[in-house]
This record gives sequence, structure tokens and C-alpha cells, in this order.
Amino acid sequence: MTNQALRATTAQPKPILNPDQQAFLLFIAILLVFLGLWELGATLKIFLPIMPSASQTIQDFWFWMSDPFFDNGPNDQGIGLLLLTSLRRVLTGFLIGSAIAIPLGILIGLSEVVSKAVDPFIQILRPVSPLAWLPLGLALMRDSEKTALFVIAITSIWPTLINTKFGVSNVDVTYLNVARTLGASRWRTITKVILPAAAPNIVAGLRISLGIAWLVIVAAEILLSGGIGYFVWNEWNNLKITSIITAILVVGLVGLIMDRLFGLLQNWVSFGQRS
Amino acid sequence: MQSSKTMLSPETSAPAAAHLSLNNISKLFPGRNSWTDRLLRRTSKEFMAISNINLEVAPNRFVSIIGPSGCGKSTLLNIIAGLSQPTTGSVSINGQSVTAPGPDRGVVFQNYALMPWMTVAENIRFAVETVYPTMPIAEQKSIMQDYIGLVGLRGAETKHPHELSGGMKQRVGIARALAINPQILLMDEPFGALDALTRGFLQDEVERIWEQERKTVILITHSIEEALLLSDQIVMMTRGPAAQIAQVLDVPFPRPRRRETLDQYPDYHRLKTAMEQHLSYETRAVEESRIRP
Ligand SMILES: Nc1ncnc2c1ncn2[C@@H]1O[C@H](COP(=O)(O)OP(=O)(O)O)[C@@H](O)[C@H]1O
Ligand SMILES: [Mg+2]
Repeated sequence: MTNQALRATTAQPKPILNPDQQAFLLFIAILLVFLGLWELGATLKIFLPIMPSASQTIQDFWFWMSDPFFDNGPNDQGIGLLLLTSLRRVLTGFLIGSAIAIPLGILIGLSEVVSKAVDPFIQILRPVSPLAWLPLGLALMRDSEKTALFVIAITSIWPTLINTKFGVSNVDVTYLNVARTLGASRWRTITKVILPAAAPNIVAGLRISLGIAWLVIVAAEILLSGGIGYFVWNEWNNLKITSIITAILVVGLVGLIMDRLFGLLQNWVSFGQRS
Repeated sequence: MQSSKTMLSPETSAPAAAHLSLNNISKLFPGRNSWTDRLLRRTSKEFMAISNINLEVAPNRFVSIIGPSGCGKSTLLNIIAGLSQPTTGSVSINGQSVTAPGPDRGVVFQNYALMPWMTVAENIRFAVETVYPTMPIAEQKSIMQDYIGLVGLRGAETKHPHELSGGMKQRVGIARALAINPQILLMDEPFGALDALTRGFLQDEVERIWEQERKTVILITHSIEEALLLSDQIVMMTRGPAAQIAQVLDVPFPRPRRRETLDQYPDYHRLKTAMEQHLSYETRAVEESRIRP
């Protein structure tokens, strides 16, 4: 027993690769196996004929990537332009939603009365799929662009609102005691203590909101028009599966980048606090 | 090192020190027994933490409070700080009754309570700016610099608390409490979370700083040596519930004091023994009451 343990710690040859490098190799291996099985399945005609082979998909992916910004009219645009349209909508809607959610969250975090009064509205509206708002948006705005912003704004409200409220109402009582012992005014306590203390929670809320908004924009654009969501739907009607797969990968990548950026922002406002 | 007089402009300096009196203070924590509490199984009995505390602290005295843990020392300090209201009795400073927190009392917290998003300098500036909003910026900065120097933190001004050791954090805590020039300094086990060596350093620092900036100080501590090194008087509390003051010891050692030579004073061992006996008696009683309530 002890002998074995000894051998395990001393006699084991030092691995040539560190865990990160090992993981990367494994990642490449999984990718290759996956692509290989896909290619094999396509050549052996296991899938429906509409399903393209892996090599063809990679070729088409490369076609979309090599010229992302061409513009031959509204129904024939490069994937970069399509993404920009969706991004602009998501960011605008997200900004509108956040501009509502953060002040409201602060207000209900600070006041128990307002919190209790507003809570039923939040609890009922929050679980509703954002797409359920879409027809209402169309009825109110009579414009697909504005409706997209409306849906995204509503989507972006809830996580930010709830996180902001949580952050503001759960500020560590010792920070508040410091402000009290110094005789800080209410306003000064809010701006200098409560908001910075709640900042990590607020940014966490924004991060979740943006993630969901990015999920929702594709669905909303399928129902409205323009952007990457509409592209996905359009290419389905054209039976161009390779384009759909390309769009899925690109949407995922953009979502990942936005999430990472917010992760950085979260670290930046946290100053070693938990969360 | 500068003296405290040059650190503060005349219009902002309050009377240098204050007489603190605690008159008949009791604190009853109300119990929870409503039907919602019962439903959630979080009922509690009402609890008389401290009762009938009377204490007079003369200006510029350094007074330590020592007692078994859970007896109500923090409760008492929070009442003096104005963070919590006594159920009966009153706190007065120079004869004026106080019921709310205020910058006449500087508080040093056990867990440092530094704002993580502010640098060392900003933490101190925040206090100065809050208490003296009309003071010119340059003067605020110079006060901040003086106190950073006083606690030996030059060079760490732009660091955030999470980059500091526990000892350095508490130096900031002390600087912040002193920078507003309070009449009374309240410290709740300020070194309780530090390792023994750092604690010793900070005790020596407090002794040195207090020689420069004489203030009325109330220090809550667990450490007999700490109390003997720093205090003019030691207040020993009984165990709770309804904890009271058992005895007040005078510590007659001349100042400045040095840790190494403290045990050469004839009274040292008498005082130390008295405190040890009191603490162990009370602590044992607490343990026994836990076993046989
Ligand atoms: N908010 C509260 N509600 C009920 N009981 C409390 C509350 N705060 C403190 N206590 C009780 O009062 C007693 C004294 O607490 P504390 O002043 O923190 O003790 P010490 O600082 O001497 O260790 C403890 O028994 C504690 O459980
Ligand atoms: Mg305590």
C-alpha cells in the first residue's frame, strides 16, 4: 500500500504535457472523431440526403468566413453584416432594458415598500417567454425593427432587475455601519457605498440578460425579418443546411465573446469580493 | 512624526477628548414568536444581553473591556457607537446624551470593514470627506497622508484592501477611525483575527499612536496581555445573560510602556492573576450552563 503510493509519487515519469496541453489535444481529437463520423455517415448515406457532408460544410463555412461583408441586397448579405444587424438590435434593446432595470432594481432594493408593491408584477411577468411579447410589440409599434428592440428590452430587464435588487438590498451591513458611524448622508451612502458594493451583482445580472437577449434575438428575427435569425430561416427555406450550421457556429462564437467581455467587467468591479 | 495638533486645522478640531458615561444601560433582544416564525421554525426567546451597566470614563483614558465570549461586549460597544439602541439607560458624552452614530466616535471594526472598491487612500479620504465636506481637498489629502504615515502605510496608498494582509488592513481601519479626529475611539476586538506576531506589532503601534494622539479609548479584547499593555483601566464583565460589570481594575504602570518590561512592575502579576481567575471562572460557568441549562 505505502509502497504503491511511494511508487506513484516518485517513480512516475514526469508527463511531457501539462494538463492544459493535454486537454487541448483531447479537444482536437474529439473534434476530429466527430468530423470523421459525420463524413463517414454522409458518404455511407446514413443521414437523409439533405444533410451535407462535413467537408462540404467546412467548405461553405469557409466561403461565408472569407467574405463576411458582401451586400447584394437585403436577402443576400455576408454573415458579418447579418451579425452586425442582430448585434445592433441586441445591444440597443439591451441598453433600453438595462436603463429600466438598473434604476428600478436600485429603487426596489432600497425600499421595502416599493419592493413588495412591485414584486407581483415581476413575479408574473418574469417567467413568460420573451416571444410572447412579440405580437404585443407588433400591435403597439406596427414596425418589426421596433418590435425586435421591444422584445429584447423586455428580455433584458428581468435578470438585471432581480440581481440589482438583490445586490442593493444585501449590502454587507458592516459597510453600512461604517457609513453610519461617519454620519454619511443617505445619498452619499447610496452612491459611495451601496452601489459600488452591489456592482458585482449588477454586472452579473447584465451578463445573464445579455446572454438571454442573444438567445432570443435569433428566434425573434425568424419571426420578424433581417439579421442572423432571419438568415437561418431563409437558408432553411433554401435547403442550405451548411449555411445554417455556419450561422449556429458564428452565433455561438459571438455569444461566447460577449459573455467573456462581461466576465472581465465583472472581475473589474469585484475587487476580490466573492461572486 | 508630527503631533496631532498640527494635523488638524483649528476650525475642525473638536475638543481633544471627552468624558463618556454609561448610565444604567440594558439591552433586551426581543424574541421571535409570531405565527410565521413558528411556521418557519425560527422562533427565539427574548434575551437580556446586558443589564445595568454603569461606567464613567474620564477624558483621555484608555479603557479595555474584557469578558467571556458572548457576554455582550460587542452589544455594549455598538450601543456606545450609536449603531444600536439600549433598551434602558443612556450614553452621554461630556454630559450630552447621544442616541445616534456620529463622527465624535471613531470605530475600528474587528473585520476591518474597509470598502473593497476603494484604495487605502480612498478609504481614508472617504471618511474625512464625509465628516468634513467643506474642507479644501488639499487639506483632506494632507490629513489622509498624515494618518497613512502615522500607521506606517506609506507606499500602500493605491492598493486595494484585497491586496493587503490582515495587519495592514487593520492599520487602514485605525487610520480611518483616527483621521476624522474623533473624541472617542471605539475598538471591537481589533486584533482578534490576526496572528500572534502581527497582533503584537499592532498593539505596539496602538501604544505608540496613543502616546501621540491621546483620546478616550474603549477597547474590547480577549487578550489579558493586550489589556495590560494598553489600558489605564480594565473593565471585567460577567457572563451573560444579563451580563454586568464585575470589577474595574486600575492599571498603574507608567507610560510609555514596553511589552518586554511590563512584567517587571510589581502589580503586573497580581492584575494578570485576577483577570485570569475571573475569565476562567466565568468561562467555566458558561460551559456548565450549556451542559445543564
Ligand atoms: N441581534 C441579536 N438578537 C438576539 N440576540 C443577540 C443579537 N445580537 C447579539 N445577541 C446575543 O447577545 C449576546 C451578546 O452578544 P455579543 O455582544 O456579540 O457578545 P460578545 O461581543 O461579548 O462576544 C450573545 O449571547 C448573542 O447571542
Ligand atoms: Mg463581540
